[in-house]
This record gives sequence, structure tokens and C-alpha cells, in this order.
Amino acid sequence: MELKKTPLWSEHERLGAKLVEFGGWEMPLQYTSIIEEHKVVREKAGLFDVSHMGEILVEGADAVTFTDRLITNSVSKLKNGEICYSPMCYKNATIVDDLLAYKFSDIKVFLVVNASNTGKDYEWIKEQSRGYRVNVTDVSKDYAQLAFQGPLSEKILKKVAGIDLSKISFYSFTTGQINGINCIVSRTGYTGEDGFEMYFDPAAAVALWRKILEIGSEYGVKPCGLGARDTLRFEACYMLYGNDIDDTTTPLEAGLGWTVDLTKPEFNGKEILVEQKEKGLKKRLRGIEINGGIARHGYEIFAGDKKIGHITSGTKSPTLNKALALGYVETEYSKIDTGLSVDVHGKLAEGKVIKTPFYRGSVKSK
Amino acid sequence: MKKYSKTHEWAELNGKIATIGISDHAQDQLGDVVYVNLPTVGKTVKAGEMLCSIESVKSASDVYAPVSGKIVEVNKNLETTPETVNKSAEKDGWIAKIEVSNPKEMDSLLDKAGYDKIASEKH
Repeated sequence: MELKKTPLWSEHERLGAKLVEFGGWEMPLQYTSIIEEHKVVREKAGLFDVSHMGEILVEGADAVTFTDRLITNSVSKLKNGEICYSPMCYKNATIVDDLLAYKFSDIKVFLVVNASNTGKDYEWIKEQSRGYRVNVTDVSKDYAQLAFQGPLSEKILKKVAGIDLSKISFYSFTTGQINGINCIVSRTGYTGEDGFEMYFDPAAAVALWRKILEIGSEYGVKPCGLGARDTLRFEACYMLYGNDIDDTTTPLEAGLGWTVDLTKPEFNGKEILVEQKEKGLKKRLRGIEINGGIARHGYEIFAGDKKIGHITSGTKSPTLNKALALGYVETEYSKIDTGLSVDVHGKLAEGKVIKTPFYRGSVKSK
Repeated sequence: MKKYSKTHEWAELNGKIATIGISDHAQDQLGDVVYVNLPTVGKTVKAGEMLCSIESVKSASDVYAPVSGKIVEVNKNLETTPETVNKSAEKDGWIAKIEVSNPKEMDSLLDKAGYDKIASEKH
């Protein structure tokens, strides 16, 4: 199958990016070095092409009621112009995908989903919407998306923004012009730093991309690839679908209880989640620090000779300079400071459960 | 003379001792090296067998022994400065020294021109 390309593909080529396949897309892994790009975002600001992300529009009289049934978090509790992060579950409470829900109004909710899941999500949402007064449309092709992330992002983006960025609070959005281009602009991100995500006409992608890099150059802004996006989100302990969460895990097991609104009368997975909450969880996602090796997705976790779980994500943290990992462990081994070991290429590396997130940067709070 | 394997390692024979590392092309493909799982001194390896692994930020990659023999020394500096593999893959970033059991194996490895051809094709 031919890989999909974002409207910025030729820019990535021109900048000498290392391109890799990701979720059916040919995307930049890195332009120079993952560590260098990671540090730019932690210290200054970095620009990411995330046009591969999917956008699904839910419109109609039941848009909010339906979305509340569809996801675990609550859209009905949002004001217009606010956003929530949420898992979207199957009936058995395992996760179809995780997404951002932008509430435009009582009749319009804009969902941003993972690139590799867009097709699956659209089918699922469409099927779930039967009986509701809503139209569900996959509008992914209508949007390019840029993420501009880092402590200096507001200061720099302000120079070309036709809207007052300081008025966009964490997890809210507005529509307006950036560099004369109509955008949806939200204060959201996947890095643990302050920052913005912009959705706009793909035809304007090259112009906006170049403009932000140009005005940012005096501050040290750099284009950043998916490699840094992954290490940044990992340090902030944001979930990566397919790694940390999937259709074998529930939001509660993943530590996403804060995104599950059990006060809602009904939503997909509610019964199971209520039961898990009452009876207790068998496994939990935990942060693990490791000595003597780097744990990767799928590696097994042991307590003595007993297998007690598996790693979901792991790398050497560029900010903290330690080998860290996320992984599911049986609940009785999930307390902070619990010693365990990880099978790294046939050798057991010692580790212990530590607090998450591993790192919190300039990201705002609600 | 430095020779190369198709799996992107290099070997340079000096007397009976071959110094082993990964090629500059390989380090470029790996990206930022953050950990080198050094092989064990005293162990014997056969050409083509896994020698050790190198971890970049994004993944772990196996390194294969380009020649057979006994590992007599490893580059301990890589324990504290694994990034040396990126900076100097074919010199300071060497990984191990092997006392070769069959020096003729060197003949079946590629010379620089032959390796460069393979490396550029793969890209």
C-alpha cells in the first residue's frame, strides 16, 4: 500500500528529514537528532507537522448527547470553546482510541483522533450513531495540523497571530487567523510543554510552516519529528495508542480515571468500569526506572521468577538521562518503590516503580 | 585494512586482534545512541552471530560479529559516553576486540568501496 503524505511532505524532504512509515503515513522521524529536537521543545519551542492526525465531525441536534455516550469523558460539562481529552471505549471498556473532543456548540463537536485509527474510529462512531440525530463526517482531508510546542511558543506565535493567544486557556480553543490563515487554534499538545495546535486548510500548510520557522529562527525554533514527539510525550506520561493503551486495556487500568465521568447516566464501557472500580483492578500502568538496560514495548516484567506484567513504552529519557519505562504490572506490585526486574535481551535488569509523570514542563494547568 | 560486513559492522585486523565496531552509515541510520549493551569479555563468538546490542533513543539494534573468535576487550568508555558511537563510529566508538580464530574470514568481508555501494543502495 502506498503511504499517505501530508501537505508538508516536500518540506520534510527539503529539510533532509529521515522519513519513516507511521500509521500508514510517511512522516519525518527526525531532521537532525531526536535528542536535539527534544531539547529544543523543552527549552525553546519546536514545530511539528501532525497533519496525519484524523478529524471527525459530529454535527446535529444530538451531537453532545451522542458524544457523551461515545466517550468516557464529558462533553456536556464543557463550555463552547473548551476541549476534553478522552478515551473512546468498546462496550467491554477496552479502548478503541484516545481523542480530543472540541465543543464548538451544542450541535457541533470536533474529534481529533490518532492517524492509524482514523478509519476504524470513523466506522465505529458511524455505527454507534445510529438512532441519534447526528451526522458523522470524516473531515481529515480538509485539515492540515501543526503543533507548536515549548515554553516560548506563545511569545513567538503572537507575532503572527490575529487573535489574542493569551486568552486561550489550557484545553480551550478559538477560531481566527494565524499569519492571515483561518485556523482552529487550541492550547493543547503532546509534549508536556505549553503550546498550541492549529488546524487549517492544507493548501496553506507550506506557507504557515515556513512562516513559523522563519519568525522562530532567532529564538532557536526547529522543526521536530515524530521521534522527539514520542520521547516528549513519554516523559510527560501521555498515552500512545497501540503502545500504552489498546483494545486489551481499560482507562482505569491505564490510570486515566480522571477522564472517566461515572456520573454520566450511560456510556460505552460504563458497566465494566464501575465494576472495575468496585472490585479493584488486576493490573495498573506504572512508571518504572531501570538500571542496566533500556526496556522497550513488549518486554516482560518480573518479581523474582514470577512474570507480573509487560512494558508498554520505554527509552532513555533525554531530559532526565535515566532509563525509564511505562508498563502494566499486577496491582500488588504497583506501589511506588516496589522492586522488580525487566527481561532486557535475556538479561534481567533491576528496576523499581516510580511516580508519574516522569517530567512536567511548562504545560499549563486547568 | 578496515573491512565491512553486509550487516553494517566493520573489523580491522592487527596481528591476531580484530577491532570491531559499527559503520558510520549504521550510526547515522540508528540516530542518537544512548546505551551500548557491551559483550562479555572471554566469550567466543562466531561470524554472523549476535555480538551485542546498541540502543538508540527510538529502538534497539543487534550488532553481529563480523569475524569469529574470543572477545578479549570491550570499549568501556561507551558505558559512560555511548554517544561516541555517533561521533566516531569507525574510530573512538569501537565496541570490542576479538582474537580471531580464522583470519581468512577477513577476506570474505567487503572493502570500503564495496560496502559504500551496499549502504547507498539500502538508503
